[in-house]
Amino acid sequence: MSIARFWRETPRRYNLGGSKCTNCNTVYFPPRSVCPECTHHRQSIEKMVPFQLSGEGEVLSYTVVHEPAEGFEMLVPYVLALVRTTEGPVLTGQVVDIEPEGIRIGLKVRATFRKLREEGKAGVIHYGYKFAPAEEADTTPVARSPAEPAPEPREPTRARA
Amino acid sequence: MREVAVLGVGQTKFGELWDRSFREIGIEAGLQALVDAKLSSADLGALYLGNMASGSLIDQEHIAPLILDYAGLVGRHLPAFRVEGGGASGALALHQGYLAVASGLYDYVVVGGAEKLTDVPDSAASAIASSAADHEWEVVFGATLPALWALIARRHMHRFGTTREELASVPVHDHAMAAKNPNAHYRNKLTLEQVLGAGPVAEPLGVLDCAPFSDGAAAVVLGPLEIARKHTEIPIRIAASQVASDTMALQHRKEFTTLASTEVAARRAFTQARRAPADVRVAEIHDAYSISALVALEDLGFVDKGRAGPEFASGKFGRGGPLTINPSGGLKAQGRPFGAVGVAQVVEIVRQLRGEAKDRQVADATLGLTHDVGGTGATSVVHLLERAS
Repeated sequence: MSIARFWRETPRRYNLGGSKCTNCNTVYFPPRSVCPECTHHRQSIEKMVPFQLSGEGEVLSYTVVHEPAEGFEMLVPYVLALVRTTEGPVLTGQVVDIEPEGIRIGLKVRATFRKLREEGKAGVIHYGYKFAPAEEADTTPVARSPAEPAPEPREPTRARA
Repeated sequence: MREVAVLGVGQTKFGELWDRSFREIGIEAGLQALVDAKLSSADLGALYLGNMASGSLIDQEHIAPLILDYAGLVGRHLPAFRVEGGGASGALALHQGYLAVASGLYDYVVVGGAEKLTDVPDSAASAIASSAADHEWEVVFGATLPALWALIARRHMHRFGTTREELASVPVHDHAMAAKNPNAHYRNKLTLEQVLGAGPVAEPLGVLDCAPFSDGAAAVVLGPLEIARKHTEIPIRIAASQVASDTMALQHRKEFTTLASTEVAARRAFTQARRAPADVRVAEIHDAYSISALVALEDLGFVDKGRAGPEFASGKFGRGGPLTINPSGGLKAQGRPFGAVGVAQVVEIVRQLRGEAKDRQVADATLGLTHDVGGTGATSVVHLLERAS
């Protein structure tokens, strides 16, 4: 990815700058110039204003990734989640500072500024948001589905940030 | 609008075709379809070619005229179009070809789908597969296409109690089907234990929950139904061709356990054909990941929402039941050459409806459905096909 391509999204990726439709009050992240809820009547055109997300949210779903995205090879295994922010928008991001066994749906998390990936040894380093637990993470192994028994406790392997 | 029929079909073997180039497989499928349709190339009006990523995979864009050229059809200077919609590229190309014949613009068109995946390493193919997701707001943050489907799977398990074993029943089913398909990438049978014991990709999905990267091509010839009997004893009518879209990123959906694009495309297709899900006897559905197939069964209306896990694992969608799913082996076992998939699904359904599917033949195949998805459902395409009376 070129430097400019990543750099131009810095306000969003570093600071969680979203947008809000002043017609229907729906909040969006990343920012949108047209509100999907109001597009039928074109009421949102030029009525979208910047809106700052707090970074607080909770886990809606998660996966532990073993076959990584490009640039994430050193982080395997890592936890990736859908996080619903308190303001409404859902973000896709890593959950760090937690054992993979401790992740669960409903976990309260808070956005944290981290290194995302680097493009090789001499390439650009990308920074942006990840999420960390905002409550005491339950590290007791839990059953991941009704038919699946709880895994045996094992030596902690912290998901690397 | 004219009624449109499938007059001929062709398909290469799917798999790791090390000795064959992109243009070779594209041409093989297309010429098979022309011969099957008893169509002189002099009657051909246009080519529509479904392909997702030739630029990234073989450093070659502008591939539609390339295929026409090497198929020996350059002399007539026919119009040639490449159509792209992620993993749904082939089915999108079919929709375009359908519109062209239905409108009366062209009488006969070839719709092809081709992809050459094994000319790049697996890691590159994975990155290219993930480019059907939102690069800026998903992939940059560590998401891959299987990881996004794993998020759907985990949510489905949480909400409906779907189990890991129910997910694993999908690849077991697909491999059992593909064992009878000479074109399939994998013809070995799988056990539930093998699927559950395979290495993890993105939990809960393991290696054997994920369709492979395959080379392959498929093609169909379309023409007006009213003159179809000049070309084939059993014309197959396209009863519906419908496309629907949705948000690019999974995170922007209102629901994470359903693909609204599939629901909408299916609803439109059944409305267009004046038929219901219960009328379908054979279906080729999108199963790039085990969870994809379960969600598809629900979104297409074949089972109630949340019930796909137990219903699929019960074995009711095998051959001999009222509805047979993926007799070809699906993306999981027949293979997954992105842009070829949607066309190959139609090739299989046409063979089933004609009664030419040999060992794979589904009894009383009268109405068939195909379902192709791009990414996590930003594009879904549904076709209904039936024997013309």
